[in-house]
Amino acid sequence: MTTKHKASPPRGGDTALATHRWRVTPWLFLLPGLAVVTLLVLVPFLNTLRLAFTDSMLLRPGDFVGLDNFRRMFDDERFGTALLNSSLYVVCVVPFMVVLPLVLAALLSGAGRLMGFFRTTMYLPVIMSPVIVGLIWTNLLDKQGLVNELLGTLKMVAQPVPFLTDRWLLLFSAMFVTVWTGLGYYMVIYLAALANIDPSLYDAAAMDGAGPVRTFLNVTVPGVRSTMALIGVLSSVAAFRVFGEIYVLTDGTGGVGGGDLTMTMLIQREGTGLQARTGYAGAISLVMSVILGALLIAQLVMQRKQRTF
Amino acid sequence: MPTSAAGRRRVTPGLVGRYLILILMAVLLAGPLIWQLSLSLKGAGDDLYARPPELIPGHPTPANFATVLDRIPVPHYLVNSLMVAAMAVAGNVVGATCAGYALGKLRFRGRGVAAGIFVAALLVPAETVLISQFLLVRGAGLANTLLGVVLPTIVAALNVLLMRNAFANLPAEFDEAAVIDGANAWQRFIRVSVPQVKGVITVVAIFAFVGSWNDFLWPLIVLSDEDNYTLTVGLNRLRGTFYDDPRLIAAGTIIALVPIVTFFAMLQRYFFRGLEAGGLKG
Repeated sequence: MTTKHKASPPRGGDTALATHRWRVTPWLFLLPGLAVVTLLVLVPFLNTLRLAFTDSMLLRPGDFVGLDNFRRMFDDERFGTALLNSSLYVVCVVPFMVVLPLVLAALLSGAGRLMGFFRTTMYLPVIMSPVIVGLIWTNLLDKQGLVNELLGTLKMVAQPVPFLTDRWLLLFSAMFVTVWTGLGYYMVIYLAALANIDPSLYDAAAMDGAGPVRTFLNVTVPGVRSTMALIGVLSSVAAFRVFGEIYVLTDGTGGVGGGDLTMTMLIQREGTGLQARTGYAGAISLVMSVILGALLIAQLVMQRKQRTF
Repeated sequence: MPTSAAGRRRVTPGLVGRYLILILMAVLLAGPLIWQLSLSLKGAGDDLYARPPELIPGHPTPANFATVLDRIPVPHYLVNSLMVAAMAVAGNVVGATCAGYALGKLRFRGRGVAAGIFVAALLVPAETVLISQFLLVRGAGLANTLLGVVLPTIVAALNVLLMRNAFANLPAEFDEAAVIDGANAWQRFIRVSVPQVKGVITVVAIFAFVGSWNDFLWPLIVLSDEDNYTLTVGLNRLRGTFYDDPRLIAAGTIIALVPIVTFFAMLQRYFFRGLEAGGLKG
């Protein structure tokens, strides 16, 4: 904030900022934003806290039931599946999201005039809705889709690979699609970070005779460490929340026997429709936000530890 | 790695390797789109399952597009999506700019509390409030309406905080001069401050547009009547409707991609500028 004004004490009502000490004007400016954010985000958040401890349904307010919803989660097989799938998503997707776009950005930052072309091409999937991405990959990964036809042409498989019907193959396919969509996004963030690395460090590495791999590990990676941590946080939160890719690849079913359900899908299923168990869905939402919060804190702590070394 | 001698570089194995990897990645990322385009143009005479697969359609035809438009009201969904996106852009530009100005430029009692409310809202995951938001929107009689779709994100906390930073970084001199000229807060806002943060406002507008255009989960929950479907929710039906014909699914996705790809092509530099600003801040 304007340190300049903090330094000089306000002299009555004659500076730009002091005139507004007791006025209503600032609150008029704030009104639309504050109203939306309070009524549509913070109040619903408090309501979720309340719902989680009730047995309310969509058409019935429900009563306080203590920890019943949380107890029920332990016995709910789908909850276990969803938690497992969303967690696997974080574990498998995040390393790729942190490393791969950095390698691409490093390769790209020296590409000169072609950089714009590559950047735009690789960014294209980012601007597409998960539904469209999902439909494109449904076509590609189908039993008779391009991927299977290519594998068949190359005689790599005798039978079509059931990418979209096998529980684990579908999960891994969805992870691949998520990485495919996110690469360009994180790459552009890395490109901005790479531009801030002192070029003389590269010259020094070249003079020491360092090859591309050593230069990457000794100059590039240390230069973007904080960006890597940021992308670690962003991509793990995003991975845990995965919805669109799995929803479309499973055609909204959550896979055979619900084996590919994720946390967000479970909330959507439990909490909507005429039979919606809003209380139970609220409890799952609450668990989910606790996990997301823990993910954030864990990454921040790890980041701090790394710095002390 | 970038070198100062980039202009005089000779073709080395390293350089070839670099371009090979980049081209491979570009093919991997753009290839599926090109294949989809090819698929959408293939006629009845084309063997979809030829080995090796054929990229260039032997009998190209626009018939698939006609079939999709005939069976699914895509233009209608497009209009719905555009209306939601327009409201999201207007709401975020006006709401975030005003609130950001108050937080970044004006000094008043309670400013810290107000800023804290936006930060708190930023930290609430969308999934946590999904069901409660639905109950609220439903209670207000806005379930199954486009207004209900846009309402929760009509002013996003992130945009307010972006605008606050933009205003706070402006030099104070212009403001002081305007005060001496007797300008009130509103005049200073419109004439002095807003023109200086136009770039950030553009970024907010673009991200509000793309976010709303691509949103799927929330409209899926709010909308129940096909008449009100936005493009993402409507397209979700493609697979069920055309299960047996990948050409029609492909044609549907291509129709849906044209507007957003055009939008991206026109405003590319703002996309990247916005991301870089966001990335640098973190």
